[in-house]
Amino acid sequence: MTRHDPTVSGSTGTTTHASAPAEDALVGGPRRGRVRRSGAPLPLLLPALVGLAFLLLPLIALLVRTPWHSLPTQLASTEVWQALRLSLVSATAATAVSMVLGVPLAWLLARTDFPGRGLVRALVTLPLVLPPVVGGVALLLALGRNGVVGRWLDAWFGITLPFTTAGVVLAEAFVAMPFLVISVEGTLRAADPRYEEAAATLGASRFTAFRRITLPLIAPGIAAGAVLAWARALGEFGATITFAGNFPGRTQTMPLAVYLALQNDPAAAIALSLVLLAVSIAVLAGLRDRWITAS
Amino acid sequence: MTAARSHASPTSGSHGAEAERVTEEARDRGLDARLVVDRGSFHLDVALTAAPGDVVAVLGPNGAGKTTALRALAGLAPLSGGHLRLDGAELDGVPPEHRPVGVVFQDYLLFPHLSALDNVAFGPRCRGAAKVESRAQAAELLARLGLADHASARPAGLSGGQAQRVALARALAIRPRLLLLDEPLAALDARTRLDVRSQLRRHLAEFEAVAVLVTHDPLDAMVLADRLVVIERGQVVQEGSPADIARRPRTDYIAQLVGLNLYRGRADGHTVRLDTGAAITTTEELSGPAFVAFPPGAVTLHLDRPSGSSARNLWRCEVSGLETHGDQIRVDLTGELPLAADLTTIAAAELGLHPGALVWAAVKAAQTHAYPA
Repeated sequence: MTRHDPTVSGSTGTTTHASAPAEDALVGGPRRGRVRRSGAPLPLLLPALVGLAFLLLPLIALLVRTPWHSLPTQLASTEVWQALRLSLVSATAATAVSMVLGVPLAWLLARTDFPGRGLVRALVTLPLVLPPVVGGVALLLALGRNGVVGRWLDAWFGITLPFTTAGVVLAEAFVAMPFLVISVEGTLRAADPRYEEAAATLGASRFTAFRRITLPLIAPGIAAGAVLAWARALGEFGATITFAGNFPGRTQTMPLAVYLALQNDPAAAIALSLVLLAVSIAVLAGLRDRWITAS
Repeated sequence: MTAARSHASPTSGSHGAEAERVTEEARDRGLDARLVVDRGSFHLDVALTAAPGDVVAVLGPNGAGKTTALRALAGLAPLSGGHLRLDGAELDGVPPEHRPVGVVFQDYLLFPHLSALDNVAFGPRCRGAAKVESRAQAAELLARLGLADHASARPAGLSGGQAQRVALARALAIRPRLLLLDEPLAALDARTRLDVRSQLRRHLAEFEAVAVLVTHDPLDAMVLADRLVVIERGQVVQEGSPADIARRPRTDYIAQLVGLNLYRGRADGHTVRLDTGAAITTTEELSGPAFVAFPPGAVTLHLDRPSGSSARNLWRCEVSGLETHGDQIRVDLTGELPLAADLTTIAAAELGLHPGALVWAAVKAAQTHAYPA
């Protein structure tokens, strides 16, 4: 929660907000003066170490088996760059779609009260737990050429979504948007709604208050949600291959390229995986203040 | 300002005519409201009238409904009944953003991502002024409140007193016809409070429209306001000038606030007999239900029954508590009637007071004040 509160970021404890000292202590607490009892008990230490090894071993294996000498040639291939470019572009587009639609949705869930809100919330989070392949099938049934909505899109506007780059973006947005909505909704709930009331007494309509007050206040939460959504979109496989297929240059994203390469050219698959690993580490590094040190 | 200042007091007959004038004037200028809010078990029904230039303090204990009343005035909580007219226009049903009402919130709620200047310019900007114009207006207001040097500071970089003034400037920037202040000094430490209280008093005196402040601190209310409206459990229990309320409290809550012993009984000539049987001799001659009040400082304590004392009131009491009160000792007594007495430390030491000690408490009739209930 503290990480979403813009009033505390960078505060030196001299702020006038009543909550600041407490938040400050929360952030600073683990770092200073905590008494540590030495020696973790074995029943906890052992599984912890096994778990750590389990998480790290595959990554180490990836690095160990990387054909470093042929790596430059592998990465120089047009197909790699095509897939990487497509992945970055479509993940970014999917994140943009998620933000444009997801932030208002999060606001609706956090700030208004309507019958069946709990149900709507559950439905929004469904893609989080739904197997992505099922999501892809569902997307086909909705937006496919013969889909519930897709047939009209085709008949009226000549728009076909499946097996296009736009389809990739949709499939990725479908699985990634819930991450953003949940993150932004949490930030909104933690943000003091009385700022919006203060804005109202000053003459701001609800939309103006949202745009000029709430949005800047929850910006850190939106950023965190966007990164989560982007990472999820970048790794998206099941819904994409089901809904958009696997056409190099058009719908073949990095995860799809990796999977395909593994069938006939394992060295290429390793090289591609390495690129994705590098991207992930870069994202993590970008978030280190937020998630690694602040927790 | 002083010409418009009025002390409506329904409790004293001599002020009745003036109270009527306020109501009359409030119909087309100023505030004329009856706020009825029903929220489950809580029922608020408070009438508030004020002429332009008036500063009215709504005083009451926690949970009395002060904040609810203020939110209703601002349009942040809907009225269940009654009416709300400001300068002759009905405001009930008008959304807060369209009311000419400025609010200084208890913890100010300055927008943390905006500078002091942009906080103040926010209102005019939302109400249609151009960016340059609203910023110029905000800069002028900040300068008037002595904050010219802090215009570019973020709220986190302001002291409590400065933040309070920025909040006041922000509320004034929309040129409100009604200014609401929610516990304006509660967020400040004791030292800052003194300075800010006198500054705020000056700014409120300059304000030409109606100001309503809500507080649980009697000192804030009495220093800042011309007129007090005391509410308890959602109802107005007393209304009048600070001096009037301090002299003639009508409930235990108010008596405690102003530091008086207060009793209710039946008067017959110079004697007021309480339900407990105790009697208090007074100088005023009354009959029927009456209040008697006297300050704790008027009580003298004696170990032996004083002989030849001029005090007309003498009660046998037991000390139930002692407490340091500034440079005095506040003695709580039980017995024929509950009593608070203030003694000097020396006097308390000479008497050897301790909880359980039996003493005689004396009060001169001349130091009591009786008035009809």
